[in-house]
Amino acid sequence: MKRRRQVPGRPLPGTDLLTAAGLRLVVDGRELLGGVDLVVRAGEVLALLGPNGAGKSTLLSVLAGDVPPTSGTVTLNGRPLDGYRPAELALHRALLPQAAALSFPFPAGEVVRMGRAPWAGTAAEAEDDAAVAAALSATESAAFVDRPFTALSGGERARVALARVLAQRTALLLLDEPTAALDLRHQELVLRVARDRAQAGDAVVVVLHDLSLAAAYADRVVLLAGGRAVADGPVAEVLEAALLTEVYAHPVEVFPHPVTGTPLVLPTR
Amino acid sequence: MTATTLPLTRPRLNRTTLLTTGLALALLVAALLAAGVGAYRIPLDDLLASVTHRLGLGGHALDRVPESVLWNVRFPRVVLALLVGGSLGCAGALMQGIFGNPLAEPGVIGVSSGGAVGAVACIVLGLDSFGSWTVTVFAFATGLLTVFAVYAMSRSGGRTEVVTLVLTGVAVNAFCGALIGIFLFTADSAAINQVTFWQLGSLSQATWGKVLAILPFALLGLAVAPFHARKLDLLALGERPAGHLGVDVERLRLVLITVVALLTAAAVSVSGIIGFVGLVVPHLLRMLAGPGHRFLLPGSALAGALVLVLGDLAARTLAQPAELPLGVLTALIGSPFFFWLLRRTRTKQGGWA
Repeated sequence: MKRRRQVPGRPLPGTDLLTAAGLRLVVDGRELLGGVDLVVRAGEVLALLGPNGAGKSTLLSVLAGDVPPTSGTVTLNGRPLDGYRPAELALHRALLPQAAALSFPFPAGEVVRMGRAPWAGTAAEAEDDAAVAAALSATESAAFVDRPFTALSGGERARVALARVLAQRTALLLLDEPTAALDLRHQELVLRVARDRAQAGDAVVVVLHDLSLAAAYADRVVLLAGGRAVADGPVAEVLEAALLTEVYAHPVEVFPHPVTGTPLVLPTR
Repeated sequence: MTATTLPLTRPRLNRTTLLTTGLALALLVAALLAAGVGAYRIPLDDLLASVTHRLGLGGHALDRVPESVLWNVRFPRVVLALLVGGSLGCAGALMQGIFGNPLAEPGVIGVSSGGAVGAVACIVLGLDSFGSWTVTVFAFATGLLTVFAVYAMSRSGGRTEVVTLVLTGVAVNAFCGALIGIFLFTADSAAINQVTFWQLGSLSQATWGKVLAILPFALLGLAVAPFHARKLDLLALGERPAGHLGVDVERLRLVLITVVALLTAAAVSVSGIIGFVGLVVPHLLRMLAGPGHRFLLPGSALAGALVLVLGDLAARTLAQPAELPLGVLTALIGSPFFFWLLRRTRTKQGGWA
């Protein structure tokens, strides 16, 4: 019944893994995305920034193939996204949703193992145990594998959910606000993991609200406002006080860290 | 990074094998017990002798009366209880998995009430186009029809939202209730009596014919369900995350709702409405062996069969020579038990979600 799926090869660093052109999305007469062009390259962390309602999560779900755009195209590995069957797409991209929910009290370890489901019946099935163990250790969540996911704290759930997505070992990682539920230490941990994955040759797209965090970890930043990409480029170019002040409708200051020189972004108080 | 080896599923595996073996053995014992006990008692050695004789493995035939009681009354009834219980248990586990909600049961999408409309209609209108099979055929057909109507009405733009599906089911259930009310309003008292007893659920009309009628649906459903166990596990993450892991959620839901409809409609058509088995059994097993569907689906079928075989035994022996309606008995015992389960789960893990 099931067609045997091939394990996709890893993309070469720097190649265009995902290309979105002229993405428009209109739902019930409201334009949620108004013509977004975006390239996601292997080997880089791309941060999607923007105020609430700018269309960050919407863009992510279009890129993930959940929602077909009203017009425009998304291509993954040079093939249109709508040409992939769900089971095949799951070998290429993983998405971490904003809120991690679970209907039944599966143990956390079992939840992480669910990330390996797409590989069942492929040659990569042999990596299952190693992938799960590596994901648990990268997110520091190995300590609660046997506890029911539903009994974990918000931060623990967020880490287990991230571990599940990491265990999927896809070349494209889409993370929707992975740091929202986390304390300072684990925020840094998550973005370090994202950067490690990018250095290993994967493409990581991450939606963030903390601009300084984005400045410290992202290779490239796309700033969204009102469903459009208003800026796209390296951190130093996009995170610029005048532009941010306009987009966020609040005065913003940007100054270099006294030691490292990384831009720090703070609202004027 | 230290790659620790994780004992992720090992301990559960032993537990589930143990439970499966235990349930299967209990089922065998219960079936033999139910076949022997009743108004006419048949001792175990006679029973075994007769069974082995028919299987051609030695033994001997019994006298005319016990042989006839055993093969024409008891065994069809026990086997029917087994099939109906297995179908209801498995359908319950499937429903809870599909909806990601431990409160779901097949009744939610209208199988039972839809089936009841068909049964009541042909009892009240005195239809007999299929002879003694008329009620069964009508109940099965309207049960299936109702499910697909609910499903079709709750779909929009190629997607089905769980809440919409459940609310549509609520509306359709109410509509079916009204239809049954209209039929009862026009019915004479004999028909009302018959309807009432049909709705209470019973296996007292068991025949080999009914067993053969439900067998293909039960076997098909029970055979198809376990192949979707892993996908149901993934669906617990939510529809979108399951989709990101390669599950075609819409297709999965359509296939499994069809399976649930077949299992439940077949069960309802031969036994009337027997509640709480589909709701309580999967809960109990989830508490004992965790929520993994690989065990939960076959386990719920086994446990459902066990519950109904024992329930039917109780129904026909507790108030001898009268017979209690089986559906009443399961609900009577099932609902307090369900309360207890809820309270226990709340104190243990702070609720379901």
